[in-house]
Amino acid sequence: MNVRVLSFARVREVLSSGQMTLDLADGATAADLWSALERGCPPLRELAASTRIARNGRVVDGCEPLRDGDEIALLPPVGGG
Amino acid sequence: MRLAIVREPIDVERLRREVERDDFGGVTVFVGVVRCRDDDGRSVTGLSYEAFEPMAIAAFEAIAGEARERWSGVALAIEHRIGDLSVGEVAVAVAAAAVHREAAFAACRYAIDQLKQRAPIWKKERYADGSGRWKENACGR
Repeated sequence: MNVRVLSFARVREVLSSGQMTLDLADGATAADLWSALERGCPPLRELAASTRIARNGRVVDGCEPLRDGDEIALLPPVGGG
Repeated sequence: MRLAIVREPIDVERLRREVERDDFGGVTVFVGVVRCRDDDGRSVTGLSYEAFEPMAIAAFEAIAGEARERWSGVALAIEHRIGDLSVGEVAVAVAAAAVHREAAFAACRYAIDQLKQRAPIWKKERYADGSGRWKENACGR
């Protein structure tokens, strides 16, 4: 399945990309997606604890199953205002 | 009710007018401005903001809804600017209006505090030497 991955701020800089499409095995979870990203970009590991994952606009935990066509957003700690 | 992420300078007076009503006697406006020094005293030349806009607007809507429930009938308007801002420019404005000042002050305070904790918006401090650093919100700042 394909999911669209949006990343912001520090995470975007570490990934060198704000937007990508990732091909994952069927049944993959949010944690599997993060692991796949880490394999391609080991420095991302440092941000694992602080980054929240949103699936289609809602923050989810690692065991959340993903579906083809999902929009996943990687959200580091916020700094608005 | 205006809840927006904008790329152009924020017109604070226009935002205040968004919450006006003939039966409201109190209007509070909070304005967050880019300052020239960070918390460690380092000179800052500006801030670069970015947002995940759909979730940021959803967060503004949730916050405004909570405020209306807590302070019955209060009107709120929120604008946050993104992009590159210079020292002295307005990054965020919150306007709250109610029948009396207590509710207007309280709702305005609630909205900016919650926005800083919850809205998916990020800022990078830019320094004179060209370097920069992502700045996370600490509690109460």
